[in-house]
Amino acid sequence: MNLPELFAERAGDYRAGMHHCTEAELPAVLAGLLAGASRVVLPAGIAEPWLTGLSVPTLPDGTAPLTAGELDEAGLSVLTGCAVAIAETGTIVLDAGPGQGRRLLTLVPDHHVCVVRDEQIVADVPDMISALPDPTRPLTMISGPSATSDIELNRVEGVHGPRRLDIVCVHP
Amino acid sequence: MSRNLPIVAITPFPVAAAHELGDAQLRANLGRATRTIRDKRARVVAEVADWEPMRDRAAAVKDEVLDNLAELLARFEAAAVAAGATVHHATDAAHANAIVTELVKAQRAESVVKIKSMATQEIGLNEALEAAGVTPIETDLAELIVQLADDTPSHILVPAIHYNRSQIRELFARRMPGFTATSDEPAVLAGAAREYLRRTFLAAKVAVCGANFAIAETGSLVIVESEGNGRMCLTLPETLIAVVGVEKLLPRFADLGDFLRLLPRSSTGERMNPYTSIFTGVTPGDGPQRLHIVLLDNGRTQVAQDPVGRAALRCIRCSACLNVCPVYERAGGHAYGSVYPGPIGAILSPQLTGQDAGFNKTLPYASTLCGACYDVCPVKINIPEILVHLRQTGPKPAAERAAMSTLSWLMRDRRRWRAALRAARSGSAPLRLIARRHGGTLRRVPWPLSAWTAHRDAPLPAAESFRDWWRRTHESS
Amino acid sequence: MRIALFVTCLNDALFPQAGIATVTLLERLGHTVAFPAAQSCCGQMHANTGYAAPARQLERLTEAAFAGHDVIVSPSGSCVAHLRAHTGLPAYELSELLVDVLGVTDVGATFPHRVTYHPTCHGLRMLRLGDRPATLLRAVKGLELIDLPEPEQCCGFGGTFALKNAAVSGAMLADKCANAAATGAEYLAAADNSCLAHIGGGLARHRGAPKPIHYAEILAATGAPS
Ligand code: SF4
Repeated sequence: MNLPELFAERAGDYRAGMHHCTEAELPAVLAGLLAGASRVVLPAGIAEPWLTGLSVPTLPDGTAPLTAGELDEAGLSVLTGCAVAIAETGTIVLDAGPGQGRRLLTLVPDHHVCVVRDEQIVADVPDMISALPDPTRPLTMISGPSATSDIELNRVEGVHGPRRLDIVCVHP
Repeated sequence: MSRNLPIVAITPFPVAAAHELGDAQLRANLGRATRTIRDKRARVVAEVADWEPMRDRAAAVKDEVLDNLAELLARFEAAAVAAGATVHHATDAAHANAIVTELVKAQRAESVVKIKSMATQEIGLNEALEAAGVTPIETDLAELIVQLADDTPSHILVPAIHYNRSQIRELFARRMPGFTATSDEPAVLAGAAREYLRRTFLAAKVAVCGANFAIAETGSLVIVESEGNGRMCLTLPETLIAVVGVEKLLPRFADLGDFLRLLPRSSTGERMNPYTSIFTGVTPGDGPQRLHIVLLDNGRTQVAQDPVGRAALRCIRCSACLNVCPVYERAGGHAYGSVYPGPIGAILSPQLTGQDAGFNKTLPYASTLCGACYDVCPVKINIPEILVHLRQTGPKPAAERAAMSTLSWLMRDRRRWRAALRAARSGSAPLRLIARRHGGTLRRVPWPLSAWTAHRDAPLPAAESFRDWWRRTHESS
Repeated sequence: MRIALFVTCLNDALFPQAGIATVTLLERLGHTVAFPAAQSCCGQMHANTGYAAPARQLERLTEAAFAGHDVIVSPSGSCVAHLRAHTGLPAYELSELLVDVLGVTDVGATFPHRVTYHPTCHGLRMLRLGDRPATLLRAVKGLELIDLPEPEQCCGFGGTFALKNAAVSGAMLADKCANAAATGAEYLAAADNSCLAHIGGGLARHRGAPKPIHYAEILAATGAPS
């Protein structure tokens, strides 16, 4: 199994919604995934071409930074890219770089859509660490939606973080 | 002072364990939980081809930390300060509590949100904050359950494992403002906790956390979690206070590569936990703008001096050793009288406090030395070896000491030993008559061996010892 | 081959059959067995109970008793593990000797009974005996080997643990006995008479439960009346 296939299988194991497309198909796929949102939160530096098909209003995190209260509005989705992704564990890694934004943007809204390109996928955690441009930026490693097994060890998806995580894998 | 620490057993382990054994609900919950997690762990560990070399590397990295503790702490502090953090050093629990309380008061906060942290449990921070008029709010679901119930955790990873869903629903109905659900579905209960805590997170001014790892090279802290309550605490409040045991250091950022592969698989039996946050000092515009790191010693430097016992400081609190421990599975976490239960608790609590504190001297005996814990420990702590070491260096009853030295005196001389075997045989002749009724074993014998026959029949000295048989069959010619 | 027997203090005093079986088996296979009479205890009990000094004296005594022997066998996994960790003696547990050193898996035994095998913690995790004992037992004529449920679970003996933590030890023993009884076997075999004394003492209180037996006794059995 090659890395993108392994990544997709492992991330899927953790009940992230998995979607596959080419660069050309991406705007339409994103538009479909975000069609149910009241508004779409956008980090600074998001790739403009991704937004071309969106049918819902956007909420950009710009010169006036969004507050946690604003992000708590019902129905929000957030759209980001990622810094690296890990095949072995199905993990996406955000480093607050362009198109990923401040940490609270991907935390408070209930739905996170993340775009992963094949060339961003590395084999395992050690490779992820060497692939990071700057490890001292705030890093968030995300493997599936938030979950708890605290009640009789039953896994429940979605406690405090986004209850839905959709990952869009962009293949060449 | 140390008497009241949450790492001091106030009841001897055998007494506490015998009491807990009577709780059928606890035993059923624990048995199911530990079995489930240990099976999951075994499956995901089997997936990793280089698991054993990785354990060796991780153990070596942790030993490197213990060898260079002072130097690495200085490096960590310099890097963290350069990145905008303030670093404090706490020698013991009282000192750490005073530092944290002071910091909270300086922000005029009436409450703090907390991420589950063993270090803050170890020092009794919640009680100290409450005494100072600050309300600590546990945000991990299990810790919240335990806190609402005025109870203490029973497992490192799943602290509320001794509660079932209907007990939790009933507890929420009583103690959680705004709770109205009638269902006890785990998803409904978790949803209620989400609603309840969301308001709290948005209003929180100060958060308190621990850390799974602290990177000396960069001054970064690493926090591994599942629910997202950790991310909330690490992101939303303006002030973040991290209480970090000094042994949590890793020398280099790259060391994380092995540890982040070892920890989740050992802990929850997942390839990776849902969320891991790694942050370095303060980032303008992103997350808390005031970061305080309290480096906690509380006996650790002392433990690091013991050439055998120090390996306990490699522990990354994965709780794999609890889940395979047959004693833990039956006695439960509370029997250990410490926030550190199970095999790791049996070697860590008595070392941190000294064996004379409370009944911590009974903990090294809370094991059959079966070795299951050593097999699963991701940092290869030879727990049985340390248990034996602590037994050998700890206080012991005088009668036992006398009996053991008499026995070894008998055993050190072949004539004495043979005479002892013969004496045991003739002394037990009357017993042999009684025993015949039970197929050659004894149903009841006098104290102190009555502890044996409470649960099982006792064997009798053989009618002919092996060495007498050998003399008869092999040396007569 | 000339093989020195470390019978262990427990077997010497309480369970000589295990030592006798080991001697009988090895002699049947054509080997010469020596029994250095200066031996007594390896020191394990003292060490694990917390008495390092007497343990060290007994370790040195055992080393002296076996000086000059190239191959030492013992029908006790825990004592072999202790000798290996604390002395330089070339000690083998019986199944290691048979399978690894002597290269036999069929020892020519006959034991027409249903048998289940408890691997014991020392055999399983310290010596890593693996399937050596089961391989030997499977080759025994007439023997039906029945899997023991949860074999890797400790029986709850643990030396003085059985006395100091009697309640937990008893709870572990009850589970082990229930698993053993569930097999329907006639015998529960193991490589250590310390665990067997404990498990056997528990099984003695279960009607119809398997009888404890050291597996050396099975390997020594030829079906002929003893
Ligand atoms: S001692 Fe080892 S197995 Fe036990 S909690 Fe610590 S790291 Fe995990």
